[in-house]
Amino acid sequence: MNKLIAWFDERIPMTKTWNIHLAQYPAPKNFNFWYIFGVLATLVLVNQIVTGIWLTMNYVPTGEGAFASVEFIMRDIEYGWLLRYMHSTGASAFFVVVYLHMFRGMMYGSYQKPRELLWIFGMLIFLVLMAEAFMGYLLPWGQMSYWGAQVIISLFGAIPIIGDDLTQWIRGDYVISGATLNRFFALHVIALPLVLVILVFLHIIALHEVGSNNPEGISIKKPKGSVPESEKPKFKFHERFTNKYDIVDAFPFFPYYIVKDLVGIAIFLFFFCYVIFFAPAMGGMFLEPPNFEAANPLKTPEHIAPVWYFTPFYAILRAVPNKLLGVILMFGAIVALFVLPWLDRGKVRSVRYRSTLHKINLTVFAISFIVLGYLGLKPATDVYTFFARVFTFLYFAFFVLLFFYSKNEKCKPVPERITK
Amino acid sequence: MSNAPVDKGRRRFLTVATSVVGAAGAVGVAVPFIASWNPSEKAKNAGAPVEVNIGKTEPGQLIRVEWRGQPVWVVRRTPEMLASLETLNDKLRDPNSDEPQQPEYAKNLHRSRKEEYFIAVGICTHLGCSPQYLENTMGELVEGAQGGFFCPCHGSTFDIAGRVFQGVPAPYNLVIPPHYYINDTTILVGEDGEQA
Repeated sequence: MNKLIAWFDERIPMTKTWNIHLAQYPAPKNFNFWYIFGVLATLVLVNQIVTGIWLTMNYVPTGEGAFASVEFIMRDIEYGWLLRYMHSTGASAFFVVVYLHMFRGMMYGSYQKPRELLWIFGMLIFLVLMAEAFMGYLLPWGQMSYWGAQVIISLFGAIPIIGDDLTQWIRGDYVISGATLNRFFALHVIALPLVLVILVFLHIIALHEVGSNNPEGISIKKPKGSVPESEKPKFKFHERFTNKYDIVDAFPFFPYYIVKDLVGIAIFLFFFCYVIFFAPAMGGMFLEPPNFEAANPLKTPEHIAPVWYFTPFYAILRAVPNKLLGVILMFGAIVALFVLPWLDRGKVRSVRYRSTLHKINLTVFAISFIVLGYLGLKPATDVYTFFARVFTFLYFAFFVLLFFYSKNEKCKPVPERITK
Repeated sequence: MSNAPVDKGRRRFLTVATSVVGAAGAVGVAVPFIASWNPSEKAKNAGAPVEVNIGKTEPGQLIRVEWRGQPVWVVRRTPEMLASLETLNDKLRDPNSDEPQQPEYAKNLHRSRKEEYFIAVGICTHLGCSPQYLENTMGELVEGAQGGFFCPCHGSTFDIAGRVFQGVPAPYNLVIPPHYYINDTTILVGEDGEQA
């Protein structure tokens, strides 16, 4: 066995990669449950890829055949219903874990220097994920697939001058048709997953280069030679990490955190399976009722709402009376997150040691996001629109306020070390 | 191997020239990939503009043509019908056509290029049924209305300019398709034309 490993190690950095990224990778010892969502996102990604491949084996990507083939998968393929529900529930689960993962980053300042690029890769993953989910939602070719896509694609029509030609180019027809379905299928099953996997790879590489943040927001890298032997953890970390720094308060990722993550994965699967087996449509949240009817270009559903994970941004779009401004503001809501590492000029990472103002600001932001998500599901009545405007304002206020107070923020003193 | 000194200027020129040619090639290669997303010949044929001859329409008559799989109406309105439009404003949901349901040139009282002719997509904005044309009996449904449209599915009513009345399920006015007059007796439905 050792000879076999040696044979490989001479030809490819197998053991070295295993050690650097797993067995000898130092992870801070104080991770709490917020640190499970990265692993869960990876798990859901694998679930989406595997179930997705199996679904393509029976799905027919044409305007005539798509809806019927999904029914065929649901009724006539052995366990077809399970594969489809794993995929559709996985899509929503993906956004649940990604939103929590992002909020974790915001709470503990994981986007701050030196993790800006790590955060950017994460945001790119989020962007591709949204495109992936949107295109995937067209594929069942139900009423909500069709009209939801109609609404989203028409957003590009708000761009001056090139808008109409651009939407026509995206659709490949004057209306959404089989041509649109076919290209969305191609992008959904090969182009975007490929990009997604590459971005996830870069995200992890960037993470392992700078090292994980932690709930205290304190670095576990101390200047070389500043820590007495007795205070160093009794684990072997790869020399790549110990060459320049003394590592404190850390465990190797494998096996310690892997084992801990398994517990989290088990808890996650408990909820995941509950939805798959008992509430696959989640009361119309994961699979919307109009989507059980085939797409009909001549018949608009009474109320068009995107799937829940888009609704916060949809609510922002609808809050603005002008279409172009609405589109700009909606994309602005995502751009603001992209530039968060530069908007936050503070030096203290974790919310635990930041000012009360920051704690309130972050809480208001989280509440705004959830309320906007709720409002995006509702019809745009006067009262709802009023609240959508208020919370859109608060959403953006988070970033503006942060930019101004973070420069000279009154923070609590940050300890030298993670509490022992 | 030659031991001649490196000509930096020449090397730089060659590097830049190669890069520029390579970039031009990349742009060229991108053309078919991007252009293949445009509507196919088949889609273009199916969605081609439709010519409508209006030379033989009687006052009050409605003719139907099909454009992109949807019924398109052309109504030659009588002076009485046109006169009624102004009087209905306070019974309408969107009397000034503020919702973008029509091209810019049809955002007026009569919602058309020429007052006399009304061109609209004959699909109810509620759930996509095709409303009926009530030439003479519209007044029974809405007082003062001279001609209009009634959707039999859920009872939405529209005036003779396709504007939706209040208190019915349809949220918006009827859609006015892009159109223009090739000459006095021919309309092309599906293009804005140069007059736009």
